[in-house]
Amino acid sequence: MTAATLTSAQLAPGQAAWRRFRRHRLALAGAVIILVLVLGSAFGPYLLPFDDTYIDIMKRFAPPLSGAHILGTDELGRDVLARLMMGGRVSLSIGIVAMVIAMAVGIVVGAFAGFYGGVVGAVLMRLVDAVLCFPTIFLLLALAALTEPGLVTTTVLIAATAWMAVARVVEAQVRALREREFAVAALAFGSSNLRIMFRELVPNAIAPIMVAATLNVAKAILLESYVSYLGYGIQPPAASWGNMLNNAQIYLTSAPWLAIAPGVAITLAVTSFNFLGDGLRDALDPRMNIP
Amino acid sequence: MARYVVNRLGQAIMLLVIVSAIGFAILHMAPGGPLSQFAASAQMTQEDLDRVTRQLGLDRPLPIQYLDWFGRMLKGDWGKSYRDGEAVLSVISSHLGATLELMATATIIAVLLGCWIGILGALRRYSLFDTLATVGAMIALSIPTFWFGLVTIYVFSVKLGWLPAGNRETVGDGSFLDLLHHLIAPAMVLALVETAMWGRFMRSSMLEVINQDYIRTARAKGMPEWRILTVHALRNALLPMITVAGLQFPTLLGGALVAETVFTWPGMGRLFLDSIGYRDYPVVMGILMFSATMVLIGSLLADILYAVVDPRIRVG
Repeated sequence: MTAATLTSAQLAPGQAAWRRFRRHRLALAGAVIILVLVLGSAFGPYLLPFDDTYIDIMKRFAPPLSGAHILGTDELGRDVLARLMMGGRVSLSIGIVAMVIAMAVGIVVGAFAGFYGGVVGAVLMRLVDAVLCFPTIFLLLALAALTEPGLVTTTVLIAATAWMAVARVVEAQVRALREREFAVAALAFGSSNLRIMFRELVPNAIAPIMVAATLNVAKAILLESYVSYLGYGIQPPAASWGNMLNNAQIYLTSAPWLAIAPGVAITLAVTSFNFLGDGLRDALDPRMNIP
Repeated sequence: MARYVVNRLGQAIMLLVIVSAIGFAILHMAPGGPLSQFAASAQMTQEDLDRVTRQLGLDRPLPIQYLDWFGRMLKGDWGKSYRDGEAVLSVISSHLGATLELMATATIIAVLLGCWIGILGALRRYSLFDTLATVGAMIALSIPTFWFGLVTIYVFSVKLGWLPAGNRETVGDGSFLDLLHHLIAPAMVLALVETAMWGRFMRSSMLEVINQDYIRTARAKGMPEWRILTVHALRNALLPMITVAGLQFPTLLGGALVAETVFTWPGMGRLFLDSIGYRDYPVVMGILMFSATMVLIGSLLADILYAVVDPRIRVG
């Protein structure tokens, strides 16, 4: 028998431990990186001598580590590190707020669809299927083109294109939990439907909801970077990780550092949330196997 | 089988109706609605606007307008571009070829590379290769496609000078080799996310199959390992990949939009962004509906194909 045929039950204890350790170590690293990014964006700007919108045209295109500008300056002589930190505030906030809105919509839609089933469930879930037919970036850009761009619009639109996966998860959970004894007992006690849905069923589905929420933050940060890079998200002079890359392509030959810092920040943040979500999935319920 | 197909087709048509209703709602969300193009002109008086409203039938109740619009969509009348007055459908079809070329190339790379990585990862589970592949796939899924494009341009065009930084062909050349040369970088960039997805799905599908009883039986009767893998494991593990192809389609289309933008590739995605820039709403809406319909048809075909190759689906 080769190593390839070993199932998880046949693994040596050490191997199984290594497996858990490896998984959790990545999730842990993700959590630490997220903490560093959040703290850096929140408090970093107070420690820097430069303002993120301060223009110093004499010092434009200063490369990283030249003088006081640790990450260099951009085409207007603004400090890249200061913009990176202020951009982090915007990008991370959008990621988290969009997640909260998407979760709220997804949980409500999923709970109603899963609890009532029948026509209500079918209509709601077909709506979910229909919205999922639109490729996310196309839908997001079309909606962004029709509205006034800005912080609030971008956040709401990202949430509007990200709630469907949550609705599917919650619907499946609520539909399965609805028949369980505790739900039937609550019904026998005379609890209202709303109470059973949101005080009994949804809290019992908290594990997959938390996983979905974490992965949703990653998705929202990524989507913000796409719309802002394409010019329909956060508008200058305000910085976001996406719109810092807006002009980077033009200056790729002369000032490549402009493209590196924000790109690395986005990748770090998204990877960290994805690993955290993966780790949570393994930790909370190993049988929950959504690829 | 026929019953399954009819059933699935019915679902798809119902979904198309909902999709079109969403599209119609978005169209009417535009500032000023479908009238905005006329309202923007200073010479238009309120009287003119009222007349246009009547001419376009915009004073009728919304459900009637929707039915009218949906009927015209079905007949292939998707309106005219604000920019040059060309029919939306012909504008889209003239850009479709470049997009399909990019998507097909990226898919071929992703399927071959992704399946290879996934199968090898499943066979050597928790080996160094598998660990690196799993972590690598997660990072690949987290990198913004446009940024990976920028890095690719910087490394292969700016620094090494091996690949062109954009466009589909050199002006005045356009030979097969020239086209291929231009295709490499955008296809590679688009293939990154796809490869990661295919690898992940392939790995879990292969792991599922490898632990089945019939594999153990094959092994017990002394069948050579390569034959077990190719004849029994791989054939069954590849089946669910048909569904993955359907599921992947929206991501692939979205990725193509981004890759086309970075590499100034003259495809549908770039046309979409240009049209947004020009506030050319008929083309924007046309591409939005077109892409959603493509996704719908893609998932329908994937489901039907899956039922053809796997009888368990259509019976159960």
